[in-house]
Amino acid sequence: MSSVVERTTARAAAAASDYGPAALFLAALVAGWEVAVRLLDIAPYILPAPSRIWDAFLRTRTTLPEHIITTLREAVLGIAYGAAVGAGLAVALAGVPLLRRVLYPVLVTSQTIPMIVLAPILIVWFGFGETPKVVLVALWVFFPVTVSMTDGLLGADRELIGLVRSMGGTRRDVLRHVLIPSALPALFAGLKISATYSVAAAVIAEYMGAQSGLGLYISRSAASFRTDQMFVAIGIIATASIALFALVHLAARLMTPWMYLEPRGGKG
Amino acid sequence: MPAIELHRISHTFAGTPPVEALREVSLTVEAGEFASIVGPSGCGKTTILRILAGLIVPTAGEARIGGRSTIGRPGLAAYMPQRDLLLPWRRALENATLGAEIAGMPRGEARRRALELFEQFGLRGFERAWPAQLSGGMRQRLALLRTFLLPFDAILLDEPFGALDAITRRTMHAWLQDVWLRDRRTVLFVTHDVEEALMLADTVYIMTARPGRIAETMRVPFARPRPLDIVADPRFAALKERLLETLDRAVQEG
Repeated sequence: MSSVVERTTARAAAAASDYGPAALFLAALVAGWEVAVRLLDIAPYILPAPSRIWDAFLRTRTTLPEHIITTLREAVLGIAYGAAVGAGLAVALAGVPLLRRVLYPVLVTSQTIPMIVLAPILIVWFGFGETPKVVLVALWVFFPVTVSMTDGLLGADRELIGLVRSMGGTRRDVLRHVLIPSALPALFAGLKISATYSVAAAVIAEYMGAQSGLGLYISRSAASFRTDQMFVAIGIIATASIALFALVHLAARLMTPWMYLEPRGGKG
Repeated sequence: MPAIELHRISHTFAGTPPVEALREVSLTVEAGEFASIVGPSGCGKTTILRILAGLIVPTAGEARIGGRSTIGRPGLAAYMPQRDLLLPWRRALENATLGAEIAGMPRGEARRRALELFEQFGLRGFERAWPAQLSGGMRQRLALLRTFLLPFDAILLDEPFGALDAITRRTMHAWLQDVWLRDRRTVLFVTHDVEEALMLADTVYIMTARPGRIAETMRVPFARPRPLDIVADPRFAALKERLLETLDRAVQEG
């Protein structure tokens, strides 16, 4: 038991020495910001001091949760749909060479379209509700997931496939025991990238028209020059993005534990 | 009915230029026999095993396991490739039971039988380890264990100890002989190590260089179980001498 405690303490100490300098730098930055705004007497609608942003956060904390929930819901649903469709398509692309030759170039080319420009069209098609936002996030997530998962499936060890077949395994066995597990780390790598951007995608879609959400909160604050409230929203978006990234990371640790082994020691 | 049978197998790998790997190879392994194929690198030893495993369709000839053709039909023999090929995403015990699961053995029974073998193979205590946490020798033993757990009567081993150091290799020879003596399944063992072949096999097939043909078939008369120090026996040395001569001749001819 003591070794577990020791190791945990050691890890905490290592983490502190890893992130300590960065945290210190951030704190200094915020302090410098506060002092500069006060000394230079900058107008609050240009750049509010951190203390003013904190006040705005406390003032709007009763209305904020509704907006946060709306945006998070859009982001999470978008990730789920985008990942599910992307993973399914990846299996089809990896399994059917003809489909891959037809669709893969189209998919890659489609990525030159910035997804944001689709937002107004999605609103025309799906209205001002949740759907166009979820679709935009899903479109955003779908591509990196499809590409990394397809690469992961195609990159599976040929000899492992041969081994399972030599055991009398069917195509299904090969998919289940070799292809999917070897593609999972790539899937999560793609998901980590897209999860980070999903909140931003939802917010941008909300700018175009929404009944609720952080995007709407920002547009309204901008219209009334409440810059402090805009900073509150930015802080929340950053926090939510980091939280989603951490969530995907946690899911990766749970579903691909073999990728996170501690270096082996003493077992000869 | 022979357990393993090759009848005039020829195989040429397509490509530019095409590579003729095997020419009219015939051999027969009786049930319960331990046979070994010895030959220089690139003589097509691995190709023979992959044909018997149903993974390569030969250009010509017939291959049978227990009387059933393996041409384009995998799943008749327990095949252990050269690399240990453990699945990194399965713990040691789950790796061991993979083949048994695919063959449809109930999970509980597969695990019970695997656990018994963990003891025999010196892997006890490592059931929950990930492959990446095992040493090279343990990985090789686990791959061998997985092969022996497959519910097939014929076992095909491709240089199973090739990656091991000399000391571990000797231990593994004793182990393999032990395990094999227990249920006497048919084994076809491919190696380029002459001493290993004589130590383990009842019959040794010597192959020529590419295109591979059977140059000579040699019986190994020593009683079982064979002690590890049989290598010091003058009769063993004489046999080894003869085998090496044949091999040298075979390489030059090929």
